Amino acid sequence: MLGQEEQQNNRGAPVIELENVSYTYGGGALLSDVSLQLNPGSFHFLTGPSGAGKTTLLKLCYGALLPTSGQLKAFEQDVATLDRDQMALLRRRIGVVHQDCRFLDHMTLAENVALPLMVSGRAESAQQQDLTELLNWVGLGTRQEAVPPELSGGERQRAALARAVILSPDVVLADEPTGNVDWEMSQRLLRLLVELNKMGKTVLIATHDLSLIRAAKSQVQARVLRISQRQVQLAGADL
Amino acid sequence: MSEGTIRNLLKRDKRADRVVPPTGYTAQLTVFVSGAMAFLAVFALALSLASGRLADRWATELAGAATLRINAPSDQLAAQTEAALTVLSQTPGVASARALTSDEQLALLSPWFGSDLPLDTLPVPQLIEIVEGAPGLDVTGLRLRLGAEVPGAVLDDHTRWREPLVDAATSLRRLGWISILLIGVATAAMITLAANASLAANAQIIEVLRLVGARDRFIASAFVRRFTYRAFFGALVGVVLGMTGVLLLPEASDEGGFLTGLGFQGLGWFLPLLIPLMGAAVAFLATWTAATRKLTELS
Repeated sequence: MLGQEEQQNNRGAPVIELENVSYTYGGGALLSDVSLQLNPGSFHFLTGPSGAGKTTLLKLCYGALLPTSGQLKAFEQDVATLDRDQMALLRRRIGVVHQDCRFLDHMTLAENVALPLMVSGRAESAQQQDLTELLNWVGLGTRQEAVPPELSGGERQRAALARAVILSPDVVLADEPTGNVDWEMSQRLLRLLVELNKMGKTVLIATHDLSLIRAAKSQVQARVLRISQRQVQLAGADL
Repeated sequence: MSEGTIRNLLKRDKRADRVVPPTGYTAQLTVFVSGAMAFLAVFALALSLASGRLADRWATELAGAATLRINAPSDQLAAQTEAALTVLSQTPGVASARALTSDEQLALLSPWFGSDLPLDTLPVPQLIEIVEGAPGLDVTGLRLRLGAEVPGAVLDDHTRWREPLVDAATSLRRLGWISILLIGVATAAMITLAANASLAANAQIIEVLRLVGARDRFIASAFVRRFTYRAFFGALVGVVLGMTGVLLLPEASDEGGFLTGLGFQGLGWFLPLLIPLMGAAVAFLATWTAATRKLTELS
């Protein structure tokens, strides 16, 4: 079980913990009997072929899907028992970079990035300060008034990352964050994610891009998980 | 739902309101429906208030009066009239009794027969106007006494034709209020449909908001605020147009009867100003209910 090995490096209770989790959809099992622990401050890659279930596993981690069987805990809370308000509070602690970014096209980049602040009712002055700092950090300080359809693939991914971290979440989940960008931009995104990890955030990146994983090894101590045949396994050194 | 919750839901937050796209047919539909319904509500209110006034007037003005008709041969008419007046003067509950003059009787008949009617050559009964006083007229007792002492006397306390008129006016007033109620229900139904359509059209936005940690209350309030303010402003325009229409109606006059009395009177002019507030309240409840249900469905 993966969690046992990670337990050795435990720096506190796992932020996300899956115990014998299975997920079926339309009669077919997408994940079967998965056990996994993400400890605070850890960095993980989740890899596997397209359709293996990477996105499904991420969705389970942030409560967009609920396990068909088994137990999923986030911050020591059983996700299945949370009501919608509690789920909303949970999602403020988990920043997600979606594969398709999920922006509101009628709002500007700055408004999209500030959306988590807006929904959580943060003070307006704090919002502006946090927002400007964050957009400069991802290199989008001059693109605040652009609307999503005007952004390039790399800008969209960086904006999605900025939105994911604006509430300073404990965990950052990224689903194919470099899927639509060139090598240089993927390295830039990786550096940002590594920087977040060094700030103490738990990072889980789902990707099928093995070169990204190899590039990360020189920057961060990352664990690589592979989904194969509906199971999650620790990847070997062949990566 | 507490007062504070309602105030928070309605408090303008321009940035939060931006999460719902500002365009869409539901916006125009809400404004139009609210305006049209408020316009109709103004007339229904005017009708109801005018009917109420009419019912009250008929009930009060005619309730305190009665008419005594003396049908007798011309040579006995004066004697029977005198006898009837004597009886009436001795009857408790009669404040005054007066025989109508020939000119007054001619004025009553002139709408049907013209003003040159030779009244003195026709067998027209003598009319006596009775004004009721305290402690109230015992109509049955008076009829019995008149029957014994004035054989040609027929007492009419106006009940026979006053009651149907009062009933009709009261029914009209009730219909007015039912119309207002139906207008409110129809407005709620239309706004619920519009809100549902808007929520369904914005399902992806709702999903994104949830993914970034929005509570249902935040999402619902963005829709509730928008529909409530649209309904309020639509209704305000409808009320202004409706009141303008009522103002343009002919002024109340005896010649015009009921139709010219349809306007508002006195403090009644302020009542239509409640319609936009009622419209906003209806929109608030309808949208809140629709949003709560839809958000449960989408979860």
